[in-house]
Amino acid sequence: MSLNEQMLRDILRVLPELLWCGFGVLLMLAQPFVKARKALTFIAMVGAALGTLSTFFGIFGSGFGGLIQFDTFSIFLHWLVGLVTFLVILASESYLERENLDAAEFYALILFATAGMGVLASAQELLTAFIGLEMSSISSYVLAGYRRDSAKASESAMKYFLLGSFATAFFLYGIALVYGASGSTNLAQLAEADAHSSLLRLGLTLILVGLGFKVAAAPFQIWTPDVYEGAPTPVTALFSAGPKAATFALLLRIFSTIHAATEFWFWAFWILAALTMFVGNLGAMVQSNVKRMLAYSSIAHAGYTLVAFAAVTAVRSDPESVSGAYAAVLFYLASYALVSVGSFTVVSELGGRGERYLTFEDYAGLATRQPFAAAVLSLFLLSLLGLPITAGFFGKLYIFTAAVKSKLLWLAILMAINSIIGAYYYLRLIVMMYMQEYKGTAPADTAAGLSPTAAMVVTVAAIITLYLGLAPNHVLNVVLSNNLILSAR
Amino acid sequence: MILSGHLLSVVIFFPAFGALALLCLRGDDELWIRRLALVVSIVEFLFSLLLIRAVPIGVAGYPLEEFSHWIKSPEINYHLGVDGISLFLVILTTFLTPICVLASWHGVHHRLKEFHVMLLLLEVGVVGVFLSLDLFVFFLFWEVMLIPMAFLIGIWGHDRRIYAAVKFVLYTMSGSILMLVGIIWLYNATGSFDLPTIQKMLHDGQLVLSERTEMILFLAFFVAFAIKVPLFPLHTWLPDAHVEAPTAGSIILAGVLLKMGTYGMIRFCLPLFPDASHRAARYVAALAIIGIIYGALVAMVQPNLKKLVAYSSVSHLGFVVLGIFAFQNISMQGAVYQMLAHGISTGGLFLLVGMLYDRRHTFEITEYGGLSTPMPRLAAFFCFVALSSLGLPMLNGFVGEYLILLGTYQIHWTWAAWAATGVILSACYLLWSYQRVFFGEITHEKNRQLTDVSSREQWMLVTLAVVILWMGIGSPYFTRRFATPCEAVLQQMNRNFMREAATPNVPPLVVPGNTSNNSAERLASR
Repeated sequence: MSLNEQMLRDILRVLPELLWCGFGVLLMLAQPFVKARKALTFIAMVGAALGTLSTFFGIFGSGFGGLIQFDTFSIFLHWLVGLVTFLVILASESYLERENLDAAEFYALILFATAGMGVLASAQELLTAFIGLEMSSISSYVLAGYRRDSAKASESAMKYFLLGSFATAFFLYGIALVYGASGSTNLAQLAEADAHSSLLRLGLTLILVGLGFKVAAAPFQIWTPDVYEGAPTPVTALFSAGPKAATFALLLRIFSTIHAATEFWFWAFWILAALTMFVGNLGAMVQSNVKRMLAYSSIAHAGYTLVAFAAVTAVRSDPESVSGAYAAVLFYLASYALVSVGSFTVVSELGGRGERYLTFEDYAGLATRQPFAAAVLSLFLLSLLGLPITAGFFGKLYIFTAAVKSKLLWLAILMAINSIIGAYYYLRLIVMMYMQEYKGTAPADTAAGLSPTAAMVVTVAAIITLYLGLAPNHVLNVVLSNNLILSAR
Repeated sequence: MILSGHLLSVVIFFPAFGALALLCLRGDDELWIRRLALVVSIVEFLFSLLLIRAVPIGVAGYPLEEFSHWIKSPEINYHLGVDGISLFLVILTTFLTPICVLASWHGVHHRLKEFHVMLLLLEVGVVGVFLSLDLFVFFLFWEVMLIPMAFLIGIWGHDRRIYAAVKFVLYTMSGSILMLVGIIWLYNATGSFDLPTIQKMLHDGQLVLSERTEMILFLAFFVAFAIKVPLFPLHTWLPDAHVEAPTAGSIILAGVLLKMGTYGMIRFCLPLFPDASHRAARYVAALAIIGIIYGALVAMVQPNLKKLVAYSSVSHLGFVVLGIFAFQNISMQGAVYQMLAHGISTGGLFLLVGMLYDRRHTFEITEYGGLSTPMPRLAAFFCFVALSSLGLPMLNGFVGEYLILLGTYQIHWTWAAWAATGVILSACYLLWSYQRVFFGEITHEKNRQLTDVSSREQWMLVTLAVVILWMGIGSPYFTRRFATPCEAVLQQMNRNFMREAATPNVPPLVVPGNTSNNSAERLASR
């Protein structure tokens, strides 16, 4: 194989990232010339779609001397992240119009963040992962504060930036310790390292802390409600779906590579999962702001995902149940990401100019004012709740199954209890929409119904939610064919 | 017949298509919405009658089944089946749904289209529960049915409807989520969600549960069902849900939803966990007896007519649970019969109470009195249905209660003695409330001008009365069809139980054979 051919293969493996970044730059360059917001949206959407589709050209295997790994796992996550980005861009158009915000930079930042998530999804080396994490984080900090004239947004960005920097510092320090312990930052070589070395364990713990911050796992979740509330709602949709999925993917890749099936990691994930579920659900219960409620609920869902991690690291589990647990994580991430994008899009549309209408009372009687919005939002809430014939049900079912297979009966029961707590606050919103009369002054600028683009986004999200709930076979086959086990052993 | 291959699917999903068709109608076209809903529910009833032919008498197992693969991993199959036990519960459901549509003909105007859509979707869920043979599909219908019911209570209910709806959902979900963990545990142990497959594995000894695991699994299933029944002390959601639900909601809730719990016990708890069922039987029976007496006593002091009927359900369903956990063929048949009879009688009582509410907009007994003067026909129907509910011979309530008491008496005469007090108490509260509502002086001027039953109402009541009388006289028509399936359930249980409990200090269980079977029929036809 000639050097050029090798180079070409490597480039094809990062084609999605290149395209996403390229279109981001293109948008920035086009900004002085193209004034029409619609045209910019179109360019951004083409970029997101092309980047996603370009995974078809990738060739399986590791590229750039083992820095990245292009496999089914990374393709799946590229698709997930790409789809989320595509939908978020489509949903943002009416938001930017309403809030009178600049479009080009916004889309460019989203695309840069997406490229970062792509790097995270295929990183096979810790420093590469760090670059991906930083790419997505720094874009996220700016996006969180994109409504410059809103004090809440600035607070949100500042908080996110300060705490996020701490988290990345932890992550970087963890990498340094891992390198010290094993002499390498490459995951493939890390697999050969002594899993019981306390230096390695310390390094990985710090990495877990850093990534735990990004996925909003308790006790590193403090930033989440404030940031989610202050950020522009389409950005919140992105935060809760994209970076979370990509970071979980990295976590999965790291812990599938090292010999993680030890008591230490098992209990670490066990406690993390239990704590995150309870903090998220109990927090969500007392919220009166829908955006904050969904923020806490996203913490809770991170907790459910962590249950599957505990199943992966359970000492007594067999290889089959481990691969089932990987599949459960991926399926859950996919189902949650779409539902989350859909529900935040509805919230964004109903918020009105300046995001004023966000409390539960503002949703009273929505079913009569906006039947479509109420119906799709109910569908998303029922999916979050985990009711049959929605995606969330199978997501939860697979995690349950993984937990029971690894003999984590207690964690499964805790998860069951949490699902019931969750039922309370999701139902509260549905009850508000369908069974209460609207008392406040009718918000004039929200009465019109969803904008066409937002309606498209929620329709797509709703169809996928139902599709995953009725025929999960196709996606399940993809996530079951992940090659994490193969690359690990 | 072209349907015969998929008759079960048709019976389940026909109302869903009806609901879709309803969605195409204009929202303000009230008359056609009602007509279409009525036609759909009546056609559905006729479809379900076709099932009777498909279920031969005296054959155990599932004469009519449907099977196709659905999801590969975990392996979930779309497996449906009907036998003598589920047959009549399905027909009860499809029979009560048109009654519900008719009952809300004048009472419901608010968001009418959605109301009927929810009613039909509820029917889909309930029929699905009765016909599923795959644990997973069963759970799916079990959960799906919650949402339309919650909406029916929450949107079209009375003052405290939201509280009642949320309470109903949370109660049921907390039970069912534990059942889900139980189902997954079973799947993990057997690699299958299929009920007959799991039963076969238990029977062949491929699946052996330790005593503790079996008890835990039994409880995971049992608590979910007991909440639905509802068994004392898990009954507190029921009075709220019943009182706040609209008339149609109460009819369906009392008529069929509660039976999903007792059906689940017969279909899942007993055959899957026979040993644990035997060990738990005495505690379950104690709770059932407490429920019978407690429900009746609370019903007696209720100032609210609808709550009175609601508490009478707690009492009557206690009989059903007692009949199931006596593990006698006669009592089991009685339990199934009582499920059907209670569905008709209590459905009828809620219908009548709803008619009173339509006229006076109150459930308080003190607001009524002397109603038999302005509305003699309604009073007569009320009397008839109340008598059937309290178990007067020749009417449907008697057969079930009698068989249950008889079967229970054969092994535990004390249980039967305690339960029998419930029969007396039910006569007390029903007749006393009847007296206060319909007899005596008219104390409120408003009550003088009340109109008697309209012809629409009369037709519904006549239909119910005919069914009540038929079930009272012609009970063998029903019992013949579910005698063998009941026997099969008990045989499965005893076979497992005998094999496992081979210790000398456990007395061998008397397996009631054909003799008791015949005597049940003989008694029932008296």
